[in-house]
Formats: sequence, C-alpha cells, structure tokens
Amino acid sequence: MADQDVPMMGKEEPASVNRQIVLPFAKSVEISLKSIKVRFFRSLITTMTLVLAVSFLSFVRISNDVANGLLATQDRQLRQAVVRAGYDIGPEDTNVGASPKQRWIIILSLMVCVVGIVNAQLMAVTERFREIGTMKCLGALDRFILRLFILEAGMQGLAGAGVGALAGSLFALMGALLRYGLVSLTAVSWLAVMGSFAIAVAVGCLLSLVGVLYPAIVAARMQPVEAMRVEQ
Amino acid sequence: MPCAYTERFMAESTNIVRVSNVYKTFKLGKVEVKALQGINLEIARGNYISIMGPSGSGKSTLFNMIGGLDKPSSGKVFIDEVDIAQLDAYELAWLRCRKIGYIFQTFNIIQVMTALENITLPMIFAGMNNDAATEKGLQLLELVGLGDRYSHKPFELSGGQQQRVAIARALANDPAIILADEPTGNLDLTTGEEIIALLKRLSQERNVTVISATHDFKMLNVSDQVVWIRDGTVDKIEDREELSISIGKIDTRH
Repeated sequence: MADQDVPMMGKEEPASVNRQIVLPFAKSVEISLKSIKVRFFRSLITTMTLVLAVSFLSFVRISNDVANGLLATQDRQLRQAVVRAGYDIGPEDTNVGASPKQRWIIILSLMVCVVGIVNAQLMAVTERFREIGTMKCLGALDRFILRLFILEAGMQGLAGAGVGALAGSLFALMGALLRYGLVSLTAVSWLAVMGSFAIAVAVGCLLSLVGVLYPAIVAARMQPVEAMRVEQ
Repeated sequence: MPCAYTERFMAESTNIVRVSNVYKTFKLGKVEVKALQGINLEIARGNYISIMGPSGSGKSTLFNMIGGLDKPSSGKVFIDEVDIAQLDAYELAWLRCRKIGYIFQTFNIIQVMTALENITLPMIFAGMNNDAATEKGLQLLELVGLGDRYSHKPFELSGGQQQRVAIARALANDPAIILADEPTGNLDLTTGEEIIALLKRLSQERNVTVISATHDFKMLNVSDQVVWIRDGTVDKIEDREELSISIGKIDTRH
C-alpha cells in the first residue's frame, strides 16, 4: 500500500503523480532500536516481567523433561528419586506430563506478565505522546507508529524471552544435577529440552506482542494536534 | 498531465490558504464552546502572516484548522484551492509531509534522534533515499547556522538551537507553508528575535508562506499581514503599511 501512487490533493488530479509516504523497514528497525536504547531502563523493566514469566515456564518444562528422562531409564532408584522430588506418578506411569496444578500456575504467571506488559507499554505510549504527535505532523501514517511499537515489542520480546528461557533452563538443569546427580544430564532427552526452550522463547515473544497491541493501537490513533499541546 | 495540473495551480492561485465561513464548536461536557464563529480569511502565497489574539480567542483553533490538524464543524478550509476536509488519512499525511512544515512552541525535536536525524525523518517519509536526505539535511543545518552540530542530541542543544533544528526540519521537504505556533513562546528576547529574523529571511529566500500564531509583538515588525482574532471572529486584518501606525498607537497607549 505504502508504495502505490495515490491520487492526491483533489480527486480530479490524475493518478500518475508519484506521491507517496514511506518508512523503509530498515529505518523502522533503526528507530525502534534507538528508542529502546535511549529508554533502556524502562525497556529493561518492561522486559523483566517477561524474563521472569518465561524463565518460570522454561524451568517447569525442562524439569519435567529431566524427570521424564530419568523415568525412561527404568531404574527403580531414579524413579524413587523423581517421586521424592514431588512428582505425582502412579506405579504404571512412564512420564510425568504437566499436572493441572502446574499448568494453572504457568497460565496465571503468563497472564500476570501480559497485564504487566500492557501496563508498562501504556505508560510508554503516554510518555511519548508528543513524539508520536510530532511524527504525525511530519507525515507519519498510523501504521508507521504501529510498526515502530510492534518492532520495539518484538525486539524486547525476543531478548527477554531468550534471557528468560536461558535462565530457566540453566536453573532447571542445575537443580536436576544437584538432586539426581550426573545421571540426570545423560538420561535427559536433549531434543525435548531444546523443544521446551523453543516453546518458552516463542511464548515469550507472543506475550510481548499481545501486550503491546492495545497500547500501540492507542498510539497510532493519536491525533497530531497532541504535539501542539503545551502541557506535559 | 499531472504537471500541467500542478502548474495551473502554481500559476493561478495566489491564495495558498483560503478559510471560508468556518465555525468550530467544542463540547466540554454538556457545555458547547464556540471557538470559531464564521472566520473568512485569505492568505496570499509567500507572505509572512501573524495571527494575533488573546488566549482563548480561537487563535490556536484556527491555526490547527489551517494546518489540517483539526476539522471545522462547518465551513471549509482550502489549501492550494483543495478542500482539506475531503482528504483521507493518507492524503492528509501527504499534506503534512510535503506541503506544510510545522514549528512548535515546545520545539518538539524527537528526543531519541540527533539533530540531523530529526531533519532527515520527513525526507525519509517522503521517499528520499538516505544519502540524499543526509546531504540535504546537512545543507539545511548549515542554512540555520548549526552546521557543526548535526550529531548532537536535543538535550545537548539550547532552546534557540532546538528551534533552529525545528525550522530546518520544517523546511525539509520544501513546503509551501510553514506553520509556526508561538515559535518564540519558550525563548528569551534575543533568541526570539534571532528566530524571527531567521524565519523571515527563509520565507523570502525560499518563497515560503509563513503563518504564525503568536502574542509576541516582535513578530509584528516582520509580518506582511497581521490577522487579529477576537472571540472567534476576525477582528481586523492589517497590512504592513497600516501596521506601523497601529504599533505607534500601541506604543503611545502604554
């Protein structure tokens, strides 16, 4: 859409005039990166909620992976150790799958995280009303603003989820090492661990994007006249 | 032919802005505030116009209408003989990008960008490539006397310097109109005078129409025309010649 020739200034004007409003993608990325850098502390706090929620998710999932790996060895002692670690498994079970309780706690933590992100991003938007208004006065379209916010959230999401997933899995593996000994690292299916890691990162990115959607729409719909206001 | 079309307007329309019978009513809760009550105004191309009036007179409202930042309740605003109420969001963005340069009382330099990046941003929006935009940005900075400060962030610049950056930014896409909302409102006397002189010089050199809302009497000296707004109507319009007399009056009155 942005690159089309659009008839402009009066409907009778021929459509062939090359008049357009664009914001190249590379430039959007550059601006978003700068925004994050300048407001690093705020970005850090926004990202922190994400880091915590994602690390919890990855911790729980990878702990389960380790327990599954131990159960798969068919070793009775290891099975006892897993039961002692607090997993409810019947005598016949061969894996520990997430219990409903576990699932609910994870969902709850992720929901709290989204609300936290929405809150932080709304504040960020309010803080930047004038900047957004100015950009609109310079000719920015609604979707430029939307894109900038979503890019920012995407980068924060990727960084936060990556750090969170890494932290969570490290803690899970270290915990397993202490509790069950070296066997936990040899028995565990690394494919499952990698899968859990990837899921945690993906969920983190998704949460970040979901959290920014409403604030970004608020920002994009803002009227350029806001830039003129003297208060603030 | 597009060119023929544009040239026709370039050649024929001497009025860059025409405001025709504009009313604007705001609703504040249940109270209706009549900000503008039938404004008629024609602004000639290349002139330096000051819109004067006490606060609450509807000055800013009129100003926002001309800038395409707000729409009238009734009546029409034409820029280059095009009714801006008919434009969609995309066309309005185009208008703001290419036709109009804005200067604000609070400078509104984008904080996260350097002086140069602030100036190149509207050119990027307009589809210019990075190198060309940078080159033109540097020229514009030179023009406003900040050639050596292109890499400074806004907080490293004084108020007057920030306003110079804002002026360079407003000129980025060679607009036909520069709208300045109290451009000297946050500046001290000397800096304000410098900014006014700069605006005046640029408007003459580049044949840009400058429209500024102000209550700064320093503006009167350089204005080709002063529009006095009172209670949402045009009180009087004075040309340059009549102006010196009324300034004299103001001086004697005080």
